[in-house]
Amino acid sequence: MSAADIGFILICAAMVMLMTPGLALFYGGMIRVKSALNMLMMVFIAMGISSVLWVLYGFSIAFGDSFNGEGGGIIGNFDFLGFKDILGLEGSADILTFAVFQLMFAVLTPALIAGALAERVKFSAWAVFVTLWVTLVYFPVAHWVWGDGGWIANLELDGREVIDFAGGTAVHINAGIAALAVVLVIGKRVGFKKDSSMRPHNLPMVLLGASLLWFGWFGFNAGSEGAANGTAALMALNTMVATGTAVLGWLIYERIRYGAYTTLGAASGAIGGLVAITPSGANVNPMGAMAIGLAAGAVCAWAVGLKFKLGFDDSLDVVGVHLVGGIIGTLMVGFLAIDGAAGIAQFALQAGAAAAVLAYSFVVSLLLALLLKHTMGFRADEEAETGGLDQAYHAESGYDFSQAGGGAGHGAVTAPAAAPAPADDKKVDA
Amino acid sequence: MRLITAVIKPHRIDEVKAALQAFGVHGMTVTEASGYGRQRGHTEVYRGAEYTVDLVPKTRIEILVDDEDSEQLIDVVVKAARTGKIGDGKVWSVPVETAVRVRTGDRGPDAL
Repeated sequence: MSAADIGFILICAAMVMLMTPGLALFYGGMIRVKSALNMLMMVFIAMGISSVLWVLYGFSIAFGDSFNGEGGGIIGNFDFLGFKDILGLEGSADILTFAVFQLMFAVLTPALIAGALAERVKFSAWAVFVTLWVTLVYFPVAHWVWGDGGWIANLELDGREVIDFAGGTAVHINAGIAALAVVLVIGKRVGFKKDSSMRPHNLPMVLLGASLLWFGWFGFNAGSEGAANGTAALMALNTMVATGTAVLGWLIYERIRYGAYTTLGAASGAIGGLVAITPSGANVNPMGAMAIGLAAGAVCAWAVGLKFKLGFDDSLDVVGVHLVGGIIGTLMVGFLAIDGAAGIAQFALQAGAAAAVLAYSFVVSLLLALLLKHTMGFRADEEAETGGLDQAYHAESGYDFSQAGGGAGHGAVTAPAAAPAPADDKKVDA
Repeated sequence: MRLITAVIKPHRIDEVKAALQAFGVHGMTVTEASGYGRQRGHTEVYRGAEYTVDLVPKTRIEILVDDEDSEQLIDVVVKAARTGKIGDGKVWSVPVETAVRVRTGDRGPDAL
């Protein structure tokens, strides 16, 4: 890597890092007041967990040389455990640059799942789930798709290879289908489909979060080229074009279907477009990006209604936006790819890669959720859920609406005593 | 003394305040309230899911007055708050036994 490339990727890494707090705000604003902090924390905790695991073994499993030989790699070997020896290697600058950039993906991907589980899981169980899920699902799948010896990276059909530039399969289909598996295990929130209070509590926060995601996504997408060059530039342009078009697509669908142009729809359309252009943006021209964005916006707007028809409580539509958007982008590039790749063979490769990740992630995520359910318990108890997870697990309130000092929905409380209450006095059983 | 309570549309508060000041009312208490009457609520759409919001924002005004001013003052409030559309609100009054000005300890009508 040249100094320019390293500089570019390091800046991109910092931009991708900002996506996780952006996601926290995007999700947090959609939650009811009483569990808003919990949602922020479910996303934010991934920054800690994935960073630690990445150094210990994550990077090694995801990007070490394949255990089982070149071409059919399932996981990487353990040469990079604890980043041992990397600092002394020739070319360590390249490895470190790549490692810090990819770490941000390992943070963001499990955090995406949090939106589906909103307002009803134990915080401790979530932390354990993230730990197990990135270990058993994300690191291996990243190796399949992006590892030099990964089996999906080495698939070939008619001289073509799978296109997943920045993570349609490894990130979005992966997180989306995992979210579906987990919500099938943990069940619906109390009041799902009945309680009219389940509205977003802060839409300006949702739009702010979506905008931070959009900004960071330039780093996510363009940086995935691994170099500062024309492909990165094309990706950056297409990231903007597809996302803008997706905003329009969602709003047009909503205007026709519901008669209103909603702020939440605009923010959601942006995310749907970003998801769909992630795998495809380096391999389509800007007109193709527009087609992908429009499809993603309109189809995701339709797909978020499925949970009500089918009866699964994917609280913040991780399935409807990330899974569906990821599939749209991954499949559409099969027919829109430039340089003569488009066609049945490319489409078949794309569908095959998507199906493999879908199947693996669904099964393992389902088993992990069942394991947690039957050991430590995944679901918050009903009192914590209805009273708000912020009080139950974090001993905090997101907002102070009352000048008398009461927490949200808890009425006035007396002035704080000189000494804080001892920890065992509080109802924190996280 | 009587306590007059008015629950009105929030955007009429400035008109009501101006009318009360012109009438000579020196003080009032205003709080944000929510509720519904015949107007019922409205519908909001979030990602295609329609939510019926029963309780709509209202403004609640409370004024303590002498008995003889009560009926006239109610008319002033009603006139200022009225838009003629559904959801304009309600005004009512109840008798008040005691009122005390905290600073001076004045009781009864002197406290107003």
